[in-house]
Amino acid sequence: MQRIGVFVCWCGSNIAGTVDVKAVAEALKNEPGVVHSANYQYMCSQAGQELIKDAIKEHKLTGIVVCSCSPRMHEGTFRKTAEAAGLNPYMVEIANIREQCSWIHKDIAEGTEKAIVLGRTAIAKVNLNAPLMAGESPVTKRALVIGGGIAGIQTALDIADAGFEVDIVETKPTIGGKMAQLDKTFPTLDCAACILTPKMVDVAQHEKIKIYSYSEVVDVRGFVGNFEVTIKKRARFVKEDICTGCGLCTEKCPQKKVPNEFNLGMDNRRAIYIPFAQAVPKVATIDPNYCTMLKTGKCGVCAKVCTANAIDYTQKDEFIDQKYGAIVAATGFNPISMEKFDEFAYSQSKDVITSLEFERLMNAAGPTAGKLVRPSDGKHPQKIVFVQCVGSRCAACAEKGKEYCSKICCMYTAKHAMLTRDKYPDTDVTVFYIDVRTPGKNFDEFYRRAAEEYGVHYIKGMVGKISPEGDKLMVRASDLLANKQINMEADLVVLAAAIEPDKSARPLATMLTASMDTNDFFTEAHPKLRPVESPTAGVFLSGCCQGPKDIPETVSQAGAAAAKVIGLLAKDKLKGNPCVAHSDEMMCNGCSSCEKVCPYGAITYEDKEFRGPNRTTLIRRIAKVNEAICQGCGCCTVACPSGAMDLKGFASKQIMAEVDAICK
Amino acid sequence: MQVNEFKPKIVAFCCNWCSYAGADLAGSNRLAYPAEVKVIRVPCSCRVNPMFILRAFQRGADGVIICGCHPGDCHYTSGNYYTRRRMALLFSMLDYLGIEKGRTRVEWVSAAEGAKFAQTMNDFVQTVTALGENKRLEDLRCKK
Repeated sequence: MQRIGVFVCWCGSNIAGTVDVKAVAEALKNEPGVVHSANYQYMCSQAGQELIKDAIKEHKLTGIVVCSCSPRMHEGTFRKTAEAAGLNPYMVEIANIREQCSWIHKDIAEGTEKAIVLGRTAIAKVNLNAPLMAGESPVTKRALVIGGGIAGIQTALDIADAGFEVDIVETKPTIGGKMAQLDKTFPTLDCAACILTPKMVDVAQHEKIKIYSYSEVVDVRGFVGNFEVTIKKRARFVKEDICTGCGLCTEKCPQKKVPNEFNLGMDNRRAIYIPFAQAVPKVATIDPNYCTMLKTGKCGVCAKVCTANAIDYTQKDEFIDQKYGAIVAATGFNPISMEKFDEFAYSQSKDVITSLEFERLMNAAGPTAGKLVRPSDGKHPQKIVFVQCVGSRCAACAEKGKEYCSKICCMYTAKHAMLTRDKYPDTDVTVFYIDVRTPGKNFDEFYRRAAEEYGVHYIKGMVGKISPEGDKLMVRASDLLANKQINMEADLVVLAAAIEPDKSARPLATMLTASMDTNDFFTEAHPKLRPVESPTAGVFLSGCCQGPKDIPETVSQAGAAAAKVIGLLAKDKLKGNPCVAHSDEMMCNGCSSCEKVCPYGAITYEDKEFRGPNRTTLIRRIAKVNEAICQGCGCCTVACPSGAMDLKGFASKQIMAEVDAICK
Repeated sequence: MQVNEFKPKIVAFCCNWCSYAGADLAGSNRLAYPAEVKVIRVPCSCRVNPMFILRAFQRGADGVIICGCHPGDCHYTSGNYYTRRRMALLFSMLDYLGIEKGRTRVEWVSAAEGAKFAQTMNDFVQTVTALGENKRLEDLRCKK
């Protein structure tokens, strides 16, 4: 018989507000096995934990039930408390009377009644709990960072500086990500390339970092500390270790009409290309969709001009298997497509551009060498209209936009407006906004400088329609503060497109079994307290794949993710999850039903000798679970026709006791 | 005159990774749903043995709902596919035994769908309340 202690937490007024905690503690006193029942304002506090520890020792408790917040919050805390008092940590059960009771019910009688049932259910389970011992598994001391933007770069550098090996997988031919495309960065206006490219060089030269560029992750197996990852290294038809990046081939290639994605299609590149001058690795790549040699077998100019003999038209995709202890997702963002926003005439006029395109136009290394001209006729625009929140905060138009705020647009629009007025003081700049949101160090000062010192016109109101008229653009908008309609002519319109997670994030999340929210951003283990960890152990989050953020925030989050990875890799052994499947060899008849449904291949069979009647020996085939591989989903327990398979910590008897307690 | 309102007993099995977190989110966002719903946490929806559901009905539950990750998003890769097929079979058998289809349900609720969790539970409780008390499989010997 267990000796169970019940601890009811008030959680200040969070629980005590709608649940009569004292009545709950009193009612649970009489449940079978309960020898002690207490209540306290904050069970998770130091004093609360001491109270539990003292009770365990004083009453010689063999199991405890804490009626408190969600086990997802403090199960770990109370397990540690129990362990410190000499109790097996798996003799602890949590009754979730906050998230699933006090917070959703207003009536005290109703809340109290439910809390008692939830407490009773947890007690019924603890009565059948058995001490569990976690197995240990070794840690592969190497990290994988998926994505080579500023988030991935910073994470990799921080991990590598701590002495661990890091691999970066980047789908593009170069690392650098979106930041490499930017001109200047707010609020300091230092040039993005000047602060990013030295970091890219650091990555390239770091002895602990290996870059897999033009590559993608195609399969992830294993678990925390022991991931096995398959990386597909796409054929770039150039030998990476031989190419010197001289760029001669990119000048001589006769295929000149390839839209340059680095400049968002605003100019052309060759079929063999290096994305930009400071690319890392600085290696040429042949685009198989445009290369005449690869398509028709006739050309070969690049091979002829290459003095290093680096061109290899026969190169094939390569699949590399690698082991990692931790994985960081840093897949970043993209501006949403403007195709659906017909009202802004993006597809109709070349002079309606997105902010990222504007960024390239202003960039000295961009398609116009930094000269701000209209893409249609190359003339200098006299009147520029910026439209904010295009697709952001778009709850009413969720089918084409996003409900969330993209966070960075207010600031980069202020930056664009300021830079334009600075470079071309004769230009008239108007910004249409819903709200200007500038939380951040020196952000509001920056916006006010744009509006006050640089004379940018800020108009509160949304643009309703933009229509090309002759070589001008007619902007129809409302001025909410003046309460009037505005018709305004513009030479150039810049749309602050909402940002969304990169399309590669969703399949990656499936491979990592990491969860995502409805917008395809990765979810955190806890939105406030564990913001850089995924709920899936060993998977960490860095940058915009977790939510929209600017560069300073991305860099700090990257460092935080690196710290978490270092903390994991610094361990020699990891404690596993003891809640794994277990087969009762006396009941198992070796039918293989469990093996078929196991997603991890954790079940094997062995022939075992059993003693039969009359001194005979029987050899029977029985299932055996590899506890290091089993993740404890319990699928096999249901597939087992003889009831031999059970899940430790979530045993059939325990769950049925819970069912009984609820239905009582 | 006091009206004795029927309050159904609902057992909800929620997988630890998606739906249980979804239920927590409903709580964090203070989205109310009836107190009749009591959640049992399981590692994966595929841990739910048909036996548990029969047991619930035997012990007097009026409705049983199983919530898991969306198809394709299972933390254990494929668990919820098994749930879907197993429960389709079980529910059709229960229907044959006289446990109306409205009393059983499988629903996919992700960790981000607190609102969906609350809405699902409101809807399910309403359906089960309309069906009234489950007398079909209830074992009165269990009610001492």
